[in-house]
Parts: sequence; C-alpha cells; structure tokens
Amino acid sequence: MPVVDIAPSILEQRSRRDARHERLFRWLLKGCALIVLAALLGAAGATLWGGRDAFATFGWHFLVSSEWDPGNDVYGALVPVYGTIVTSLIALLIAVPISFGIALYLSEVAPAWLRTPVASAIELLAGIPSIIYGMWGLFIFAPFFADHIKPWLTSNLGNKPDDGKLSWVAQHVPFVGKLFGSDYPFGASILVAGIVLAIMVIPFISSVMREVFQTVPTRLKESAYALGSSTWEVSWDIVLPYTRSAVIGGIFLGLGRALGETMAVTFVLGNAMHLSASLLDPGTSIASTIANQFSEASGLQKSALMALAFLLFVVTFIVLLIARLMLRRLASKEGR
Amino acid sequence: MLTISKLPLRFAAVATLAVASSFGVAAHATDITGAGSSFVYPVMSKWSAAYAEKTGNHLNYQSVGSGAGIAQIKEGTIDFGASDAPMKAEDLQKYGLGQFPIVVGGIVPVVNIAGVQADQVKLDGATLADIFLGKITNWNDPKIAALNAGLSLPAGKITVVHRSDGSGTSFNFTNYLSKVSPEWASKVKFGTAVEWPTGVGGKGNEGVSQYVRQIKGSIGYVEYAYAVKNKLAWVDLKNAAGNYMKPSADAFAAAAATADWASAKDFNLIMTNAPGAKAWPITATTWMIMYKTPKNASNSKVAFDFFRFALEHGQQSASELDYVPLPNALVSKIEAYWAAEFKH
Repeated sequence: MPVVDIAPSILEQRSRRDARHERLFRWLLKGCALIVLAALLGAAGATLWGGRDAFATFGWHFLVSSEWDPGNDVYGALVPVYGTIVTSLIALLIAVPISFGIALYLSEVAPAWLRTPVASAIELLAGIPSIIYGMWGLFIFAPFFADHIKPWLTSNLGNKPDDGKLSWVAQHVPFVGKLFGSDYPFGASILVAGIVLAIMVIPFISSVMREVFQTVPTRLKESAYALGSSTWEVSWDIVLPYTRSAVIGGIFLGLGRALGETMAVTFVLGNAMHLSASLLDPGTSIASTIANQFSEASGLQKSALMALAFLLFVVTFIVLLIARLMLRRLASKEGR
Repeated sequence: MLTISKLPLRFAAVATLAVASSFGVAAHATDITGAGSSFVYPVMSKWSAAYAEKTGNHLNYQSVGSGAGIAQIKEGTIDFGASDAPMKAEDLQKYGLGQFPIVVGGIVPVVNIAGVQADQVKLDGATLADIFLGKITNWNDPKIAALNAGLSLPAGKITVVHRSDGSGTSFNFTNYLSKVSPEWASKVKFGTAVEWPTGVGGKGNEGVSQYVRQIKGSIGYVEYAYAVKNKLAWVDLKNAAGNYMKPSADAFAAAAATADWASAKDFNLIMTNAPGAKAWPITATTWMIMYKTPKNASNSKVAFDFFRFALEHGQQSASELDYVPLPNALVSKIEAYWAAEFKH
C-alpha cells in the first residue's frame, strides 16, 4: 500500500515540475523572439519620431524631391533612395551568378581536398571590415576603373564619348547611351560602388548557397546522374529546386547588407547630391548621406536625416515583401 | 641569458611604478570634458597631453563635430564645447554662455593640373566662386587666363571636389565665397553642409586630398596642414586688400590680427576675407563655448587654466601642426573677456 501511495505523488510532482520548466522555456523563447521585434519596432519608431518634423514640413514631396539644400533648409530623399536601390541592384546582378558558380563548384565539382580551404577563405572574406573594402575601392579600384574601364565604356556604350562619335550601341539601343554617358573624368560612381558592394556580399551569398547545396540528398543527385543527366542538369533541375527558398534567403541576406552598407559606399560613391541617369556619374546613398552629415546637422536637417533612416527601413521592408511574394508565386507553380 | 631574463622584470617594475604614479596623480586631479569641432582635435590632444604632464589634470576632448559640441554644452553634459561657427549673441544670452577663439588655421584651394606646382595658379574670390558655381568649367577660360599672365593653362574640364561631410572647413570656405560672390550668397549660402552646384564629395580632408590627387583637372579645398602633408598644389588667392597671397602661417596670423575683433561682441566674427594687406583670405578659428556661471565651478576653473596654458604656452606645439597661435593683442583681449564675463 505505501508504495502505491508514494508513487502517484512523485509522478505528480515530477509532471508539475516538467510543466513548470516547459512554461519557463516557452517564455524564454518567446522573450528572445520579442527582443528582435522590440528592437525593430523601437528603431523604426525612433527614426520615424526623429523624422516627424521633416515629414510634416515636406509631406509626400520629401519622397519625390531631388533637392537636398541645407543652406535653404529644403530636403528631399529621391537622390539617396535612388542611389541605394541602384547600387544594391548592381551588386546583386554581379554577385548572384558568381556566388552560384562558387557554391556549385565547391559542392559539386571541386575535389574534396580543395573544398575546405576555399570555403574557409570565403568565410574569412566575409569577416573583412567594410572600411577596408572602401579604402581598396578608393585607392586602387576607382583609379584603375577610371583609367582602364571607364574610357572604354563611355566611348563604346555612352552618349558622351570623348571623341564625339556615337557608337552603334548608343545610337540604336534605348537608355544604354544614357546609362554609360559621363563627363566626370574619375572612377568613384554608382557603378563602382555596385561592384565593390558585389565583392562584399559574394562571401555571404556563396557561403549560404554552399551550405544548403550540401543538404541535397545524395540519392536524388545520384538517381539523376544514373538517368544520364549532366552536372549542369543536376544542378539546375535537382539541386536548385530542392534548395530554392534557402538560396533566395541567402540572396536577401546579401541584399540586406548591400542596402545598409555605409563606409565602403561613402568612399567610392562620389557623394554628389545630383540625380543622374548615368551609372558612371557620382551619386549618394541613404546610409552614406547619414554618415556624412549627421555629426554636424541640427534642426530640420537632422530631422530629414532621421526621416531618411526611416525610409531605409521602408525600402528594406518593401524589398523583403517582394521577395516573399516571389517565393510564394514560385511555390504555387510547383508541381505543374 | 642573465640580461635577457632580467630585462622583463625590470621593465615590469618600471611599468608598475609608472602606473602607480599615474593613478596617484589622477586621484587628486580633476578630469574635464570638452566636445565639438574636429578641426581643433589634433592640437587639443597635443595640448592636453602637455597639460596633463604639467598639472596632472586630464582633459578628455571628443571630436564629435561642432553641432554636437554645441548641443552638448547646451545640455550641460560637458565643461566646454568647441565650434567652428560662432554662436549668435541671442543664443549665447539665452543659455548664459560665452565664447572665445582659441587657435587659427588656414584653408587653401588645391588643384591638380598637369605640370602645375604650388603657388603657380592665381585666383581671385569671384573667379573661385564661379568655378565652384559651375560657371567656369574649363582651365583655359579667359577669366582664369586674365589672372594668370605668363602661365598658359592647358584646356581641360574642371572637376570640383568638395567635402561630403558637414564640416567647419566647408563652413569657412562657403562663408568666404558668400562674401566675395553675391550669386553664391543668394543661391547656395554658407554652412557646414550646402547644396553644392557641381562636383563630387570626398569624406574629410583626407577624402578631398585623395580625390584631388586622383582626378586630373580638379580643384578642391583642404586645411593647410593636409595640403602640405599631401604635397598638393595650392592656389594663391587675392585678398580683400587686392594683394595675391601665398598661404603661410604669417598670412593666417595677419588675418587674425587685422580682423575687426574690437567691434565683435562675444568674438562673433568670421574672419574670412580679412582686410589686412598681408592676410590670407580663408582663415578660420574655432570657438570655445562655456557657461558664464558654471554648474561645476571647480571643473570650469581647471578649464580656464587649461585655456590660459594653451594660449600662453601652447604656441610651439600649435605651429608644429600647422596651426597659427592667436596674436598677442587678441590673447589679452580674450583674457580681459574672461575676467569681465565669466565667474570662476
């Protein structure tokens, strides 16, 4: 009898304790997740609050005006927003195919002894501070670009070639002439900033891609090989569809870094508050404008910079939203 | 072997002594805090090291920018603020603050034209403003040629390089352009950051120096020390008296001496385009801003002691860094201002 008496009470105690631990653990996890949410909302709210004067003064005009004139206290966000989006797009256009190649090579093609050292090298690249990329861009890449690449681009594709003779491309393909026309005789420009950003985000995208490519079950790949597929077919039809959402996640991790990158961009973007269609002209970005002007700003200018910071949140949010929608459309096409 | 094994021991003993003694001093010393202009940061750190050695009092100067320096002194979180732009009389009165200049420096236009050395190109204020307005776009422009008889400048597009960050250097440079060009004064105005009509922006004096060196046909403006250090080709400017001046410590000092301090209440005077016959036209100073009735009297006393030390004994170290000490007449004026306006 005593044995029967004791056992339920011990069991009960134990299950109560388990339930308590379970609750505690759940709160802990919830707390961790809420910290992120609170930080995000706090930062967005603080920038919106700081920028309220600018939003109240300029209204919607703030979004579409290309004027940024501290002398007369008139501010518009169009030039920095445009520069942020275009440099990040250029970065992705270059970085995604190259990262894809790196990741595929490392997971499918490279001999086993080469994989680990190259993978470590890529992770090392991801750890280089952005100021180093900025200085490399300013001291080495921008002058090289100005001397060797830019002249070729302006004379063969641009609408303002040095010798005055328009190339066939500039005459017949719309927009290309404008994209590559420039009077400025030096490197720092939207295109150079995009290229430097691409080099900075390649390690992020390619290491995520490599990790997820390795999760593809060997039997899937081997079945495809057994049916006579080439490496290209296996990569494109088996590996990529299997890992698609993680790959897109990796790309957006890189895009997030490109959108918010500050120091490197400040060095190589040229910091000119002028709207220009040309990729070879200097521009500015949201993050670099804030970094440049915040320390000496006061009053409405400071508010306008805070409003810019809030717009960076909005731009990032919209980009992520588009990514989700793309993912959903891809998922709904699945199996057709 | 013996000496090698002894060396670290002896070093450790010396180090411990040094640490102990510095702690010993610090325990009795007062730490004062200042913040603001990055223009004076190099000389401030040099002075504070020398001052700490002499008195044991430490100065912590944060180079956070003039705007932030003014904001912090208004909130009373620091003992003094430092700004490249003077505060207006009504603001000073409103917050019970006083201000005075501490050191002088020069800002020089620099160019990168093939075969052109420092002091070869001559410009006057109106032409310089037209270049920065984007109205003169080629080095062979007749307006430039008219000022440079005997020097044939090659045809080449002018690229303007300006500061991308808000700075006291830009403040003084645009202030000068506003004084010499009515069009600049009405269109662009002056400030730590303005809407530049043309050109590209480099971050900091380093960024502008780097761009000017890279871009053929460029013109920018930097603090004199950076032009010397980077061996940039500076331009001679015509001053208000009509003389062409080379930038030099003497020319900066002449500007400080001939500026009309007597009629400037609270030293509220930007000394660009100074009237002296030998004055460099773009000469700048940094103002120290303090409470007239300090919240922390003992800290304020140390701060004044530091400034007196800087004005009276800091001249040598200032000129080593290509700053210019204030002229003696101005120093005695500042000390009279301290005695009259500040309670300490």
